[in-house]
Amino acid sequence: MAQNLNMAIYHRRRLFNKALMALAWTAAVSGLAILGLILGTLLFRGVGGVSLDVFTQMTPPPGGEGGLLNAIYGSVAMTLLGTVLGTPVGVLAGTYMAEYGRNNWLTTIVRFINDILLSAPSIVIGLFVYEVVVKQMGHFSAWAGGAALALIVLPVVVRTTEDMLLLVPDGLREAASSLGSPRWLVISQVCYRAARAGMVTGVLLAVARVTGETAPLLFTALNNQFMSMDMNAPMANLPVVIFQFALSPYPEWQKLAWTGALLITLTVLALNIGARTLSSNKSQ
Amino acid sequence: MNQAASVASPTTTNSVTAGALRRHALWDTILRSATRSAAILVLLLLGGVIVTLIDGSWLAFKTFGFEFLVSDKWNPVTEKFGARAAIFGTVATSLIAMVIGIPVSIGIAIFLTELCPRSLRRPISTAIELLAGIPSIIYGIWGLFVLAPFLQAHVQPLLIDTFADVPVLSTLFSGPPYGIGILTAGLILSVMVLPYVTSVTRDVFETVPPVLKESAYGLGCTTWEVVSKIVLPFTRTGVIGGIMLGLGRALGETMAVTFVIGNAHRIPTSILAPGTTISATIANEFTEAESDLYTSSLVALGLLLFVITFIVLACARLLLLRLQKQAGK
Repeated sequence: MAQNLNMAIYHRRRLFNKALMALAWTAAVSGLAILGLILGTLLFRGVGGVSLDVFTQMTPPPGGEGGLLNAIYGSVAMTLLGTVLGTPVGVLAGTYMAEYGRNNWLTTIVRFINDILLSAPSIVIGLFVYEVVVKQMGHFSAWAGGAALALIVLPVVVRTTEDMLLLVPDGLREAASSLGSPRWLVISQVCYRAARAGMVTGVLLAVARVTGETAPLLFTALNNQFMSMDMNAPMANLPVVIFQFALSPYPEWQKLAWTGALLITLTVLALNIGARTLSSNKSQ
Repeated sequence: MNQAASVASPTTTNSVTAGALRRHALWDTILRSATRSAAILVLLLLGGVIVTLIDGSWLAFKTFGFEFLVSDKWNPVTEKFGARAAIFGTVATSLIAMVIGIPVSIGIAIFLTELCPRSLRRPISTAIELLAGIPSIIYGIWGLFVLAPFLQAHVQPLLIDTFADVPVLSTLFSGPPYGIGILTAGLILSVMVLPYVTSVTRDVFETVPPVLKESAYGLGCTTWEVVSKIVLPFTRTGVIGGIMLGLGRALGETMAVTFVIGNAHRIPTSILAPGTTISATIANEFTEAESDLYTSSLVALGLLLFVITFIVLACARLLLLRLQKQAGK
């Protein structure tokens, strides 16, 4: 009797376990399926539109044929500007946290604040740059767009720089110091060199993140129907063009939106995978 | 430290001069102060964001006062603005995202740490993390053109029919199947928070000492019993931290939601109906806002969003920080 009861409990436990483990399998499979589904849709609807025109023509007026040249140019220009502005400050701040101020009050607070900035809603960054740059200048501009992107690059670079420098063994620093190197040479010749792969990974991840950012550009760089190289004027960019074109009723525009979406996703995924291989080669 | 370095140099370099020493001392000072200023700049930027948002939203709060938070009127023509509908949408979509996202994320983490063949662990983790790399606008366009029509044709009619006679659920799942709406936005968000919650959960699951799990297995526990009685209690703080991190993401997500929420300024009783969120309202209306009061009200919405996410993210960080301290780092 007691044994029967035990067996019943045993079977119930095993069954329950099987059911829940099956659910865990399902969760993993559905996560992968969604990734596959999104990429599949992008390829299916975007590849048809890829042609030379996309890279040589400007965004068309409603109902017309055209390409994405001005949007691609704008995206590249503003991403570059954002990276160039954000990276040096990020590297310096990360250096301070890992080399000079390890565990002092400033580092602790900056690390906390930086983690918050890292996940803060990007639209709030857009509002901030609008109030500080756009309102003061009186018009939308690519400068403002680049500044907003720099604010998104910054926390990513700070975080990875600090993490990577902390991974450099202190023995290396002590060895260099004992050979008589001043602190700045220890940092620039020894620590940076040892942490280079990781720091480059951080910058790549930051660029990947910025490439697809839309919300902070909506009211900083705005959009531009035409090719513009003037950094002081509104500039077209892929994410905002996709936003505008996808929600439009014109099939030509929607087709271009899908093509643009495919281009952005491929770029971002390539950057992500590149960054990952770089860091995993280093760690092995 | 500066001094130590400059004192050490004469013994190692033969051609050392007072000039070289001075140069090194100068560079040391430059690098030290440059890095310190950069760190302070990061601090000032966050302060700047808060001050700017308060400054920008001053007019709205002065005009409407507390009413701004509780009123559900949003009328650009009569210039009456209240944030309740937007706050409701933000909370509702994030709630749906969490209800769906948390179990799935924990399921994937269990799969990765307990069930998955070792050789597949890395590729599958990477694939899940790539979900975080996909730009939010891609989720938006996919949600609008693929997910919403699918829900409208297949899932929503089913939900409406199934729950038609159940008291509370019939209101929750009532009305025509629009395709876009609060449920769709919540679903998209649940996919977007998945990689964040999964990666934190998986990382803390891996910190459980193997000997604890092995003892439980040795006593005859099933995998689920090990997970629920050993792993989850051991990693509780970390898992909650990861969930808060995901919640912070869901609350602030803009573009994906803007595509599929429907942008209707009202508080629907059915989650199938269109609504709006704080971020979607700002994204849609900011460039069209002409009067100062309108702009200011939108900035005030931004401030609200920032304060909400700040609190959630700060809690998440503090939890994870406490965990790190416990680990003896």
